[in-house]
Amino acid sequence: MAVQHLRLTPRNYDGQHVVDWRIDVDRDCRLVQSEDAFGNMLHRFSVDGPLESISTVVEGEVTTFDTAGVASGAVERFPPIVYMRETPLTSPSAGISEFARKTASKESGTLGKLHALLGALHESFTFDADATHAATTAAECFEHRMGVCQDFAHLFIACAREIGAPARYVSGYFLRTDAEDQVAGHAWAEAYVEDLGWVGFDPAHGVSPHENHVRVAVALDYLGAAPIRGARSGGAEETMDVKVRVAQMPVFSQSQSQSQ
Amino acid sequence: MDSRLTQFDELAGADGRIRAPYRKLSRWLAETPPELLASRREQAELLFRRIGITFAVYGAQEATERLIPFDILPRILARSEWATLEKGLIQRVAALNAFLADIYGAGEILKAGVVPADLVYRNPAYCPEMAGRRVPYDIFVHIAGVDIVRTDDQGFFVLEDNARTPSGVSYMLENREVMMRLFPELFALHRVAPIENYPDELLATLRSVAPPHANGDPTIVLMTPGQYNSAFYEHSFLADKLGVELVEGRDLFVRDDVVYMRTTEGPRRVDVIYRRIDDDFLDPLCFRPDSALGVAGLMGAYHAGNVTLANAVGAGAADDKAMYTYMPDIIKFYLGEAPLLQNVPTFRCREDEALAYVLDHLEELVVKEVNGSGGYGMLVGPHASKAQIEEFQAKLKAHPQNFIAQPTLALSTCPIALASGVAPRHVDLRPFVLQGANGARVVPGGLTRVAMTEKSLVVNSSQGGGTKDTWVIDDAWVDEEAMGQA
Repeated sequence: MAVQHLRLTPRNYDGQHVVDWRIDVDRDCRLVQSEDAFGNMLHRFSVDGPLESISTVVEGEVTTFDTAGVASGAVERFPPIVYMRETPLTSPSAGISEFARKTASKESGTLGKLHALLGALHESFTFDADATHAATTAAECFEHRMGVCQDFAHLFIACAREIGAPARYVSGYFLRTDAEDQVAGHAWAEAYVEDLGWVGFDPAHGVSPHENHVRVAVALDYLGAAPIRGARSGGAEETMDVKVRVAQMPVFSQSQSQSQ
Repeated sequence: MDSRLTQFDELAGADGRIRAPYRKLSRWLAETPPELLASRREQAELLFRRIGITFAVYGAQEATERLIPFDILPRILARSEWATLEKGLIQRVAALNAFLADIYGAGEILKAGVVPADLVYRNPAYCPEMAGRRVPYDIFVHIAGVDIVRTDDQGFFVLEDNARTPSGVSYMLENREVMMRLFPELFALHRVAPIENYPDELLATLRSVAPPHANGDPTIVLMTPGQYNSAFYEHSFLADKLGVELVEGRDLFVRDDVVYMRTTEGPRRVDVIYRRIDDDFLDPLCFRPDSALGVAGLMGAYHAGNVTLANAVGAGAADDKAMYTYMPDIIKFYLGEAPLLQNVPTFRCREDEALAYVLDHLEELVVKEVNGSGGYGMLVGPHASKAQIEEFQAKLKAHPQNFIAQPTLALSTCPIALASGVAPRHVDLRPFVLQGANGARVVPGGLTRVAMTEKSLVVNSSQGGGTKDTWVIDDAWVDEEAMGQA
């Protein structure tokens, strides 16, 4: 038997309009839609075993707009202060604290400080998909100076909170100019700036998110926004294959499939 | 304030005259040869070994399970004293429940500025997944273990509100059972209020909060993290007394938002889970993904209203030591009443002025970690070494918001029977408060914890503390007795 939680459905905000979206699971099950604590769309289903594989295909169309990174008009369930909560994945080490304070001290104003952090992280960290895994913490990534978008997002969140700015994890998709097929979704961060509200920061690319970003779910860290969380009883081994395709219309589709 | 400086003995009283509730016991002690007490102590030890009542100590090198020291002399409260305490406890738990329903609901107390919002929202025990969710009858805390101390014969202080999964009730019940076997003659002398009905009251409480679909005949289970948990003995003991299944996460599963228990006769729907497992481990899909102790999908079933968890998820947001300092205000805010039980005066180290005072007076104070429990991570100033004080100075300066400090209370003492004779030792009391849709109740008694070492103020069992049976005896009877003597 298997239970799956999907956070794979984007919602509207000022930077995007969801034109069309659907989820297909290749098993006989009831897909229950709800909203999670942070206002994300959550789909849940359970499937009775024995199972060889489950394949989940998600397809849709989203119109995006450049809002200079400001994520206004989104579903907000909490005051910003909630996003000051520390989690194991975003807990700051002494090194992170020092890095954050030093980097931010060069600028005045929260927005300036956050952009300084964004630039510094993008510059001094190397993308390496083999260096980390789903449970890598911000502190571990900081030590290795390597990681993937998820790790950089965690690191940015830890730094932002360290300088007093509420920050959160964003999972989503990114339209690349060089390739349509990707091995994973994308992740970045949002930080709260007085007078502006939530502002996005994409440390993997060193920019604020723009019309190439599709925003799907937010949370305190990866765990709360993870596209797929599942559990099963019985069985020996499990593997997950993810294929993502993000393209400009007229061809737009992305799919994630999981097999075990 | 002065009364806190001098030690109050519950037997001898302030003026050295035996206090009314202890008159019979005192006379009996005077007439009883030391050999008899010694042999009863041996019998008690034997009985506890036979029952197998043990608990595990985290971090202990030797045997993982220990026998908690038991003292054979009862701690006695008069019915009138108990009545005050009982009212205060019920008031306290009503306020805890109102507070939790509010912070996960409209947040009125935060808007009113009575409790700082960041203290709630940044509290590790605050559970975002519960925001905007109603729980059955708005009851979050079904079972509370409120730690009580006294410093004189006037009132009671609350030391700690345990609103998560308080343990110790099995010792309360076992202690009474052993005492009845050891001292039938003492029970004949006193009219002791019964506590044996606790499991029935607990069961009634759990039944009262079952989802409506259970039609008044809910299936209840007790969920344990397993045999390696320090309180596993209590879990199995209680399940047995309640007449419900003792389950681990792997015995349960969720299908389409309904919780089932695997049984030899096929899946059986579960309506109420008395869970003795922390929030973090309940559901690997919602909380810690590495938890092998929980049930995948449990939170979905919970949010759908198909199963009731006792205590509710997120109840810990009300009982941390920082929130404790606001309890008098919380009681006034929701109930419009003055608190019947006092708080121990507490310094919030997150406030600059308080921190400065605490740093200057560490030798006199007890410093506690806001999120610590079981007496771990605590500084008892008067008994601390210079190095320990310096260590806490550094900790306080680095993370003041993680600490509170309290004056060292001269906890009351009760007599205990030692090999060398009868001597006073410091005690506290953990009564167990039940809150269901059927009302609130407290069985008359609780777990008295006693510091077995002379002058020690640390009563935690993890730190070598022991326990005593706690008696609530009839006042009318005490008065009669007093008149008979005159």
